[in-house]
Amino acid sequence: MPQLTIENLKEFKEKISSPLTINQAEFRCMVCAGTGCVSCNSLKVRERLEEELKARGLSERVKVVITGCNGFCAEGPIMVIQPDGTFYRKLTPEDIPLLIEEHLLKGRPVEKLLYTEPTTKKKISAMKEIPFFQHQVLWALRNRGVIDPENIDESIARDGYAGLSKVLSSMTPEEVIQEVKLSGLRGRGGAGFPTGLKWEEGRRYSSFPKYVICNGDEGDPGAFMDRSILEADPHAVLEGMIICGYAIDSHQGYIYVRAEYPLAIHRLRIAIDQARGYGLLGRNILGSGFDFDIDIYPGAGAFVCGESTALMYSLEGRRGMPRIKPPRSTEAGLWGQPTVLNNVETFANVPSIIRNGGAWFASMGTGGSKGTKVFALTGTVYNVGLIEVPMGTTLRKIVFDIGGGIPRKGEFKAIQIGGPSGACLPASLLDTEVDFDSLDEAGAMMGSGGLVVMDDSTCMVDTARFFTDFSVDESCGKCIPCRVGMKVMLNILSRIATGRGTMEDITLLEELGHHIKESSHCGLGKTAPNPVLSTIRYFRQEYEAHIQEKRCPARVCVDLIRFRVDPDRCKMCGLCKKACPVEAITWEKKTPALIDPEKCIRCRSCIQACKFGAID
Amino acid sequence: MTEKEEQLSHILERHRGERNGLIPILLEIQREFGYLPKEAMPRVAESLGIKPVEVWGVATFFNQFRLTPLGRNHIKVCMGTACHLAGGRLVLEALERELNIKVGETSPDGHFSLERVACIGCCMLAPVAVIKDKIYPKMSSFKVEEALIPYRQESKAED
Ligand SMILES: Cc1cc2nc3c(=O)[nH]c(=O)nc-3n(C[C@H](O)[C@H](O)[C@H](O)COP(=O)(O)O)c2cc1C
Repeated sequence: MPQLTIENLKEFKEKISSPLTINQAEFRCMVCAGTGCVSCNSLKVRERLEEELKARGLSERVKVVITGCNGFCAEGPIMVIQPDGTFYRKLTPEDIPLLIEEHLLKGRPVEKLLYTEPTTKKKISAMKEIPFFQHQVLWALRNRGVIDPENIDESIARDGYAGLSKVLSSMTPEEVIQEVKLSGLRGRGGAGFPTGLKWEEGRRYSSFPKYVICNGDEGDPGAFMDRSILEADPHAVLEGMIICGYAIDSHQGYIYVRAEYPLAIHRLRIAIDQARGYGLLGRNILGSGFDFDIDIYPGAGAFVCGESTALMYSLEGRRGMPRIKPPRSTEAGLWGQPTVLNNVETFANVPSIIRNGGAWFASMGTGGSKGTKVFALTGTVYNVGLIEVPMGTTLRKIVFDIGGGIPRKGEFKAIQIGGPSGACLPASLLDTEVDFDSLDEAGAMMGSGGLVVMDDSTCMVDTARFFTDFSVDESCGKCIPCRVGMKVMLNILSRIATGRGTMEDITLLEELGHHIKESSHCGLGKTAPNPVLSTIRYFRQEYEAHIQEKRCPARVCVDLIRFRVDPDRCKMCGLCKKACPVEAITWEKKTPALIDPEKCIRCRSCIQACKFGAID
Repeated sequence: MTEKEEQLSHILERHRGERNGLIPILLEIQREFGYLPKEAMPRVAESLGIKPVEVWGVATFFNQFRLTPLGRNHIKVCMGTACHLAGGRLVLEALERELNIKVGETSPDGHFSLERVACIGCCMLAPVAVIKDKIYPKMSSFKVEEALIPYRQESKAED
């Protein structure tokens, strides 16, 4: 294994990027092995592909590469063929022989496996021409689907560790911090604290040892950005951490990843081993004399452990409960030592900032929010997936241009941003730009980057209750406003959702919400009322319908809806009766079915069983 | 000493005195036993030189830790935001009814256990249930019974 140094890194990069090595194969089949595609059997597709290539003696000419998340999860399993960049989607193992014959041997794309644009019905073969990808700008995810994340050479061939080399050969720690400050990078973990300032703080304290921590806890229940970055490009995160270590004079880093992310942990382990083997991590990095090592710490799952001080306690083997600040972690963090903690995506942005300069990064985005942001786009939208857009992109562009709009002729109702700390924004705010400050103004927050699109089948009271329930579950219990206050809010919401609410309840929720925000100790309590407050602010009429009319307009809240069989549509087949788990349906041959509302538990089994859409 | 006890001693020996190692130790024990046996707790405390209450404190704080054994067929229902919107709760309730256990419980015969989890990251398949690591996409209360058939047959054969 070569020992890389500042002098030979470039040469090594050129060698492995030369056509003789990395591109020796004529084609590279990039099979997505992100969690989404794997759950749709992409590994079976890969297996078949390798078998068929072998059987045809093509293994030399065609290389199969397993990549991290491609991003377009809605179309999985995905495979992109390079060098032409053809995008194949929804593959099954049975498609493989045809694909090899046609595309790889005859050079003709296989029409039926290409992406179809839903409005124009046009087939698009090149990935970069698909609207979902066209509007994205990839920096944190620049290597996604392009490299094999388990092979460090592929990362180096795409300038991996070039930033580190630049730092170690020609920049002082102060210059590194200056560059990060100049870039305007703000933390991607939610709060948006300026990264350069945090590093400067971390450098200022001279108590040793100091630590660098990467926050990969990602507890937001609608988000998977950090995991995807770790799975697709682990070296970018390692490189960012090492650069931070150099800047603040630390020699040890930890990556805290949820144990629920086994693939991310596996890839990080491989990446760390390979980086150590090349002399990019450990003692005397790149021959510069600088030492820095990184260990992985699997978190045991608790949303509150994403909070920086709670995370540090849990690294120390204690209950993850936030503590009072100050002192800030930069002064007294892990084991009481100065510690800089940043989010996965924050670190992943650092190498590009160093390579291209802070001014380059600052040229993207808005006045107060620079660069790009990764979002997990889910819910009722055509193109579910992982996206990266410049700060300042409007929510409308994300939902309609990238997301492709609302399926099944549904109507856009709201977009949830920021998970349990965030808000539901209505259609009238679709022109809001994603930017820390404008989201804050709208009562939302950037949060970690979950974006959930909702249509008219989503009930806002139920949504508020869902997030509140989550926060009650995840509250660490240390401070009363969050522990007791959120529980009271949940009870009120349950009252409203079951038709027992009063109009005073709305006022009470608002008052309580504001008190909890003001008096809670950590970010969890300070933001937990946001889902309730924002839905009251923007969808008050829906609360009123639940209270005054005992009606759930979206037909979600079980106590306020009744299902009925339409006798004109009913074909008297009796399937609904069979499906009903509680014998609430009476039916005899040649008579329409009837639902007993007293027995019915609104499980919707009959609706799914009915082939004629007769139950509603 | 039984094999299991020996395993426990091994784990404890490897981390003796590492106070920071508490969570990794508990994770390892859980990997070995499938849950955290009550009997193991005082031994963990002793090997780290801390009070048993500290061990219990950590074991009951984090979502990953379980104090009861899992069923042979462990079922996870995703309750991430996308799955919730798509009716994840109805799926969970249907499973509770079918298996006659509540979420967090294991059936008395030890065949099934049920757990709710936050986002597992395949939102385009919502709502999702995972039975023994196999992902069941686009679930509904209606499909629950059918999904359980092979596991029930297997359990019957085992009995
Ligand atoms: C309840 C709670 C949960 C959090 N969860 C996360 C998380 O999962 N990932 C993360 O990076 N930051 C999370 N944060 C924010 C961290 O406290 C911290 O601000 C951030 O990791 C700092 O890194 P950054 O400046 O790079 O964003 C959470 C904060 C709170 C209050």
